[in-house]
Amino acid sequence: MSTATSPKQGHEIVRLENAWKVYQMGTEDVKALRGVNITFGKGDFWAIMGPSGSGKSTMMNVLGCLDRLTSGAYYLDGQDVSQLDDDALSELRLKYLGFIFQSFNLIPQLTVQRNIELPLYYLGWDAVRSAQRAQELAEQVGLGDRLSHRPTELSGGQMQRVAIARALTNDPQVIFADEPTGNLDSATGVQIMEVLTRLNQQGKTIVMVTHEPDIAAYANRRLHMIDGNIDRIEEGAYVTAPGPVTARVSPQDVSRRAGTFARPDEDVTRAARDA
Amino acid sequence: MRQARFTRNIWLGIENLLLHKLRSFLTMLGVVFGVGSVVAMLSVGEGASKHALEQIRKLGSNNIIVASMKSAEEEQASTQHSHMSIYGLTYEDHRRLSESFKDIRATAPAKLLRKDSRLGERTMELRVVGATPAWFDLVPRDIVAGRALLPADQEKRSPVAVLTEFGARKLLATESTIGQTLRIGGNQFEIVGIIQSESGQAGNIQIPDQDIDVYIPLDVAQRYFGDFFAKRTAGSEEREKVELHQIIVQVDDPRNAESVGAGIETMLALFHKKRDYVVSVPLALLKQAEATKRTFNIVLGSIAGISLLVGGIGIMNIMLASVTERTREIGIRRAIGAKRMQIVFQFLIETVVLSTTGGLIGLGIGVLIPALIRYFSGMPTVLTMNGILLPLFVSVGIGIVFGLYPAMNAARVDPIIALRHE
Repeated sequence: MSTATSPKQGHEIVRLENAWKVYQMGTEDVKALRGVNITFGKGDFWAIMGPSGSGKSTMMNVLGCLDRLTSGAYYLDGQDVSQLDDDALSELRLKYLGFIFQSFNLIPQLTVQRNIELPLYYLGWDAVRSAQRAQELAEQVGLGDRLSHRPTELSGGQMQRVAIARALTNDPQVIFADEPTGNLDSATGVQIMEVLTRLNQQGKTIVMVTHEPDIAAYANRRLHMIDGNIDRIEEGAYVTAPGPVTARVSPQDVSRRAGTFARPDEDVTRAARDA
Repeated sequence: MRQARFTRNIWLGIENLLLHKLRSFLTMLGVVFGVGSVVAMLSVGEGASKHALEQIRKLGSNNIIVASMKSAEEEQASTQHSHMSIYGLTYEDHRRLSESFKDIRATAPAKLLRKDSRLGERTMELRVVGATPAWFDLVPRDIVAGRALLPADQEKRSPVAVLTEFGARKLLATESTIGQTLRIGGNQFEIVGIIQSESGQAGNIQIPDQDIDVYIPLDVAQRYFGDFFAKRTAGSEEREKVELHQIIVQVDDPRNAESVGAGIETMLALFHKKRDYVVSVPLALLKQAEATKRTFNIVLGSIAGISLLVGGIGIMNIMLASVTERTREIGIRRAIGAKRMQIVFQFLIETVVLSTTGGLIGLGIGVLIPALIRYFSGMPTVLTMNGILLPLFVSVGIGIVFGLYPAMNAARVDPIIALRHE
């Protein structure tokens, strides 16, 4: 089971240790993350789920190096990045991370090609190589003939494909997808999930936030959050594989285990098997 | 590589500005008009002052011009019937003048008359100057044809006449006219030459040979026409006695011009009861004109500064709005990995491109307007390198100064909030 669900398992790519994030809202402190411990492996496809206010967006922002922890440690590919400054985090995002958003977040004034090229511009690639790379990636997501179009001339599904191509431009270690199908109809959503699944099968680590169970089912691991901490972790096959196997563990159980073991997911897998 | 990157940045900035053509254009209008008006005003002003300075130089920087002037009292009295005004410089003044100052190299006394004259069939009132040959040394002008007055003419009291270009034009005289007889106030003169003349005004004094049609030897003028003049105006007769209308004094060194000018003034005050003369030192006028030009430049500079400031504020305003409008774009760029400085740079480049383009358009307008003025009115205009480069540098500077704040604002955008921005 575990071999089927985690193609290139072995090394960790993302690890949070006792991660706290506290926001100042007026005079009140909002504890968005309360001592989270979690490890994601290379090649995993995680779905982070939970009601609004559960801390899943904060988690995503922290993991995506868009936000910093109030306390605790965040290891990205073995390096503690929790103390890095803004420029260094930008550099990490530029070189190692890719982002896909619910509202696509393409720059409307730029053509598809320019949108895909955007990270390369900041990576300092020259125009010719950038154009080649953009062409390759556009073809990979099936939009090879739309390079000169503007985002407004595309359908939602096409826009999200452009966004995926852009996220792939820098050949990232981890792709973060924030509700990638949230603005799409279900048929288009399925297509986008198929693209992401294919990427994961090719070895890309994907971390996705979603509140739709159908969409979360594409991931091979589901992290349920509540009140700024991990509620439970589900282990499951791709939706294309026979019915997902789920496991329930108590929140206390998970946080204890997550703190104790480097790879709580394996633990959960065992728990699931035992159940 | 670095340079290629920079060029690319600029191109991206231009592309971005082209997305909002009308807005970009309107935004840069402030700088366009600022720079345009500065360049145009500088060019016109420079032309005017250069023209004035040239005119003053034509007077000769080591010349002093002493002229007769009806005093204020005389002006009052002359309205009475049958009054004879006696005023102005005398032959005695001229003698004293040329003998008293060791710094004076030469003097040229002159009588100015208006006489009806006839050349062939054509009769005109001419402005006649009785002058000595020294005149032509002190106010050097090119000879168009024939010759100027010579010392021999003065000695022999020859009735010869030298036409200026003005006079020649009035009388329709040409080179072939030389040798013919010109009748001035009933006396016959032989035309011996035509010389070039200058036109225009130098500051508030006239250049010596302005409005002169013909030169005749001074002694001849005195002998033929005397020192008395009768002007008939609107029924009443004005009579006056003036010996010399003008004395041009040349000093040996321009540095002495002002002190000699003051000396002449003092001397004349001693012998004249009324202030019926005026002493002007072109060099002093030159200095005055230069001072005026400096003031003019300061005023212009202030106007330019204000208009460019307003232009800059206009740009800043629009850029601030643009940053707000593009919050999401900034968020996307930041999420993708753009550093704060790169965002600053992006917006700064846009502002600088905007202001520099405005500056260039303004420069075009500022060059065109003086050219049109020159073409249609003949007013001299001068484009100096400073007049072109300074506004350009200033417009680049405006872009940087007024772009910095909006650019910093852009860099402060929090990507997390920006990405949620609708």
